[in-house]
Amino acid sequence: MNGSLVGLLLNGRGPGDDGIREAEETSMIYDVMVEVRLRDGIADPAGATIERALPSLGYDGVAGVTVGKTVRFTIEASDEVEAKVRSEELCVSFLTNPVIEDATLSVTLADGISGVGA
Amino acid sequence: MPTTVGVVVFPGTNCEMDAVTAVEHIGGTGRLLWHADDDLAGVDAVIVPGGFAHGDYLRPGAIARFSPMMAAVAGFAADGGPVVGICNGFQILTEAGLLPGALQKNQGLKFICKPTVLRVESTDSVITRQTTVGAKLLVPINHFEGNYTCDSETLARLRDEDRIVLRYVENPNGSVDDIAAVCSEGRNVVGLMPHPERACDELLGSADGAVLVRSLLDAV
Repeated sequence: MNGSLVGLLLNGRGPGDDGIREAEETSMIYDVMVEVRLRDGIADPAGATIERALPSLGYDGVAGVTVGKTVRFTIEASDEVEAKVRSEELCVSFLTNPVIEDATLSVTLADGISGVGA
Repeated sequence: MPTTVGVVVFPGTNCEMDAVTAVEHIGGTGRLLWHADDDLAGVDAVIVPGGFAHGDYLRPGAIARFSPMMAAVAGFAADGGPVVGICNGFQILTEAGLLPGALQKNQGLKFICKPTVLRVESTDSVITRQTTVGAKLLVPINHFEGNYTCDSETLARLRDEDRIVLRYVENPNGSVDDIAAVCSEGRNVVGLMPHPERACDELLGSADGAVLVRSLLDAV
């Protein structure tokens, strides 16, 4: 998995993508947004600190502050299912630490961009 | 033959010479190992030192664990070789799956750089064999993400298996169960947030870290 991940990072190529595609195969570009959040029950020092600061700034009644991060990228895939599968693999192996983090993905076809595989 | 300790260097590592100096001060030989190489060069033990490997981008240790040298370190650890991760090295070893849990941002979101008192909880690890349970050691910490966390099952296992190696006497960062160091099932891989290599001579304010480094040298 490491080799394929490094390949994906360095070349935009993933598992099974050896650069030789069927001439008629169409590859599409998908926009991916990954929202990384701390898992339930994991302490969130950044969220807690922000929440504590709010009353002194005049914002009462704000609760449940959590802090995460968003990672965006585009990915080349033959269809949306493949784009999701490869993005999920990337999330588990690299973009999140599953010990403390969860992620939700949104995958959408990039506007007007598609390419035909070489 | 003095024990040779390999000290892994990533782009952004900054404690490698502290580790080499401490090892040599105590009678071992230090050898730097570049992260992109995949050969441990026959070293007897490995230290993954502190710093900011790959800039800590994404998460501390997230990128470092993909370095070829880490595959070699994992193989060495699987064969029982002594491996110690200090500070950023601890973060890297958790990301690499060589140690359980993860290191979160400190409670209170402060970077903390100060001496801490550690209590030895287990002498059955490659860094504590020459100490005694209950011994207090003055060793500095220097981190922003040293808040050890794990799920309750993992914590129960760590306790049951006597794998909590060191605890803070006064918890500085919010770590679960005051944990400062844990070891692997095989007890040959240890991760700790405090820096024993910076406490190996009274000139530095404490020599209490020397016993931990000496234990490692003699663990071989």
